[in-house]
Amino acid sequence: MFNPPVTDSDGSVAAVGYGKKHPFPAPVLKEVLLNGKGSAKETWHIELSLEGSGMGYEVGDALAVQPVNAPDVVESLLRAAGLGGSESVDVRNVGVKPLGEALREDFDITGLTRNVLGKLAAATGSEALSAMLADEAKESLKAYVDGRQIVDAVRDFAPDGLAAEALAGLFRKLPPRLYSIASSPLAHPGEVHLTVGAVRYRSHGVERKGVCSTFLADQVGAGDRVPVFVQPNKNFRLPEDPSVPIILVGPGTGIAPFRAFIEHRAATGAAGKSWLFFGDQHYLHDFLYQLEWQDHLKRGTLARLDVAFSRDQPEKLYVQHRMLEHARELHAWLEEGAHFYVCGDASRMAADVHDALVTILEQQGGMTRDAAEARLDEMKHAKRYQRDVY
Amino acid sequence: MSTEPKLSANEHIKSDSHYLRGTIAEGLLDLSTGSMSEQDQQLLKFHGTYQQDDRDLRAQRKQHKLEKAYSFMIRIRVPGGVATPAQWLEVDRMSADYANGTIKLTTRQAFQLHGVIKSNLKRTIREINRTAMDTIAACGDVNRNVMCNPNPFLSEVHAEVLQAAQAISDHLTPQTRAYHEIWLDGEKIESSEQEEEPVYGRTYLPRKFKITIAVPPSNDVDVFANCLSFIAIVEEGRLAGFNVAVGGGMGSSHNNEKTYPRLADVIGFCPADQAVEVAEKVVVLQRDFGDRTDRKHARFKYTVDDHGPDWILAKLNESLDRPLEPARPFVFESNGDRYGWVDDANGRSHFTLFVQGGRVLDTADYPLRTGLREIAKVHDGDFRLTPNQNLIIANVSPENRPRIEALLAEYGIRDSHQRSALRLNSLACVALPTCGLSLAEAERYLPDLLTELEEVIEENGLRHDAITIRMTGCPNGCARPYIAEIAFVGRAPGKYNVYLGGGFAGQRLSKLYRESVPSSQLKDLLAPVIAHYARERADGERFGDFCIRAGYVNATVQGRDFHLNLKEEAHAKR
Repeated sequence: MFNPPVTDSDGSVAAVGYGKKHPFPAPVLKEVLLNGKGSAKETWHIELSLEGSGMGYEVGDALAVQPVNAPDVVESLLRAAGLGGSESVDVRNVGVKPLGEALREDFDITGLTRNVLGKLAAATGSEALSAMLADEAKESLKAYVDGRQIVDAVRDFAPDGLAAEALAGLFRKLPPRLYSIASSPLAHPGEVHLTVGAVRYRSHGVERKGVCSTFLADQVGAGDRVPVFVQPNKNFRLPEDPSVPIILVGPGTGIAPFRAFIEHRAATGAAGKSWLFFGDQHYLHDFLYQLEWQDHLKRGTLARLDVAFSRDQPEKLYVQHRMLEHARELHAWLEEGAHFYVCGDASRMAADVHDALVTILEQQGGMTRDAAEARLDEMKHAKRYQRDVY
Repeated sequence: MSTEPKLSANEHIKSDSHYLRGTIAEGLLDLSTGSMSEQDQQLLKFHGTYQQDDRDLRAQRKQHKLEKAYSFMIRIRVPGGVATPAQWLEVDRMSADYANGTIKLTTRQAFQLHGVIKSNLKRTIREINRTAMDTIAACGDVNRNVMCNPNPFLSEVHAEVLQAAQAISDHLTPQTRAYHEIWLDGEKIESSEQEEEPVYGRTYLPRKFKITIAVPPSNDVDVFANCLSFIAIVEEGRLAGFNVAVGGGMGSSHNNEKTYPRLADVIGFCPADQAVEVAEKVVVLQRDFGDRTDRKHARFKYTVDDHGPDWILAKLNESLDRPLEPARPFVFESNGDRYGWVDDANGRSHFTLFVQGGRVLDTADYPLRTGLREIAKVHDGDFRLTPNQNLIIANVSPENRPRIEALLAEYGIRDSHQRSALRLNSLACVALPTCGLSLAEAERYLPDLLTELEEVIEENGLRHDAITIRMTGCPNGCARPYIAEIAFVGRAPGKYNVYLGGGFAGQRLSKLYRESVPSSQLKDLLAPVIAHYARERADGERFGDFCIRAGYVNATVQGRDFHLNLKEEAHAKR
């Protein structure tokens, strides 16, 4: 597949070797809310510039984003620990800096694990916590961790506060987050687009938020810079033959790579037909990129679009139901050699879609269940059935 | 060279539609868009549904990469306005499952559901039909819901009159199988040659057609504002028959004096058993002589005005088995509702409640929808939708009345009519945000304006004096504004034409008093007129009559004179 090198506006290829070690501070070009008023969802379309980065990507790749923690999250942790934030701490591979700054930039200060609790037990000498970490208390540990973050544990087990070094010693490094890229470099030279669902929820009486998604949603806007690097995904690629039909199943933010796929096929004039399944909560508010899909349908760069919105009617309706409704045609596409792609939720959707595929092969292909599973395994090996699930 | 005027675009849509099928069935399957094609949108009206979009959201949708927030309004026909408790419960359920959680009671005794998205349209219409109600001909160029005075306690002939309404409705319901095919998965009829519409023919009527039946002294259905009306004549306690009135209608367009509201003319009398025949023959007259070249001149009122009522009567008599007899005397006293409990001669009770704007919904202070649902669960009578957007919990048995009373008290419905007489005699159309025609607010704004005007009413001691007051978002007249004593007709966002001088019983058209008044000035504009009325009215004199006597407006004598004889101030710059 052809990918143009990313160049500066003056045409020179960037000199610095940006990548995982040195994320590129990509300027934010635009942030667009994709949900209409009245939605319970908050999905952002984010356009970043890669000009001058020297980084290129292929459709199907992911972009790693290095976030920083939200000031209010840092603040509540400092308060729980009884610290001010100006205390000096030594951050490995970074150096000595004020605690507040380190909490904001360097550490994962939310993810509560057994490891964190072990360090906290050592730092506080809390007997209650030690008891919970005992082998025979696994269930109560699991119950405690569920829905809680580090700040809760500090409040619960370090009521007298912590020393700055002890607090800093609890954390692992703040990791980057991966997002499936939502654009084709051919359609948007020098740019990379993301589709990001802002994670916000309430647990144990406290409002929580996803670190990276709300970093992108709340803390940066057009003109700000976001550290990024490209994470290739060789297992999620368009067919090499542009005439091969593709079936794309991408509910919610799982739509991201398929926007890239369709843009890419439109830009290259690929002859193969494309069939997209999309779903979300409400038709009126959550039909991500609706106007773009309508345009692709009109131009013929998308052959079919089937949608399922789960909360528009009393019963739940998902993409797999739409697949089953159109089982005969879907099977015919597979018989024609279509590649089948799934992106999005790994916990339920991917399995439900897989089951629907098995059912379709059973019903339409006259196969036993085992034979259908075997056929899907073959398809996986032949890279005709690819998944990007998380 | 042909001088034949061109048919209006809708005529081609109808004639090409294969009896209202168009491509509706295919369009419903395409969920890439929440809208339907232009042609199918016109045809869908005949099936009882309008495509709309949330106009509050228009500006922002594109930024979200979303099309307009399209949804459908579904109008459910309720001939004579009578619904069973089971039907009420189903409408209530569907309002939550598929619509925006509200039920609109319309000015023509229909239910409306708003905000139904395309993917739910078919199942909603199917479920409506499962409750023995339907939506066909609720809109479109056909005879609409037949209205009838809904008060069973008002007259011993009510049951007979209601029967006539049902018979007329049934007789004039379109016969096309398209409705069953599209919505009810009925068998498809292959031959396109088969005649499917004995009354209408393949192009239906030039425009919508509205029929009512009134039982004097109540003119709640507003007979003079409808295309064809039957006025029940009761002699010695028996239904002798009906006076026939033709050619009423409300709609007009701003800046187009060729359009105007018109009052119906009473042209004769027919025995009760001739009502269906008269209705059909009048509809056929309009089918054949109505203007199909200009939709702004296509309503039956213009056919009557262009040819004259005498010509209409003569033509009608030619086609009837027996000619109409001379009209008989009748008296209308009011077009409003009477609120609260009434007992009838058969020992049944009826409770009329005030529903502001006809909108049944739950708010924190007033859970009306829930209350009515709880009542429907135990009610052994029926529900009656009034032409004033109100509701009668009708035919309550003596044994059941205590339960109903307790629920009315529990949900605060008992006191729904403890309001000013001004508010109790108000009507508003839907307007923004869903109606595509509205130029200004109506249902969402009238309650606030009434609150302002109530201060004036209180100051002048008029709390218990009924004045009819109506607001529409555009000049098309869904809330029948031009026969109200005070009317506000939307001109532009926040601006209204103010009309005065309509007849309290809906017997006289109003006249433009002031043009394009900002909503912030409406109270100040009307306060001196209301104060003057309170000070100098004659005994029993109605506000509309007073406005003419005191010279605020000249009386409108007939539709053609609606735009004439304005006072100089009417166009005063504000």
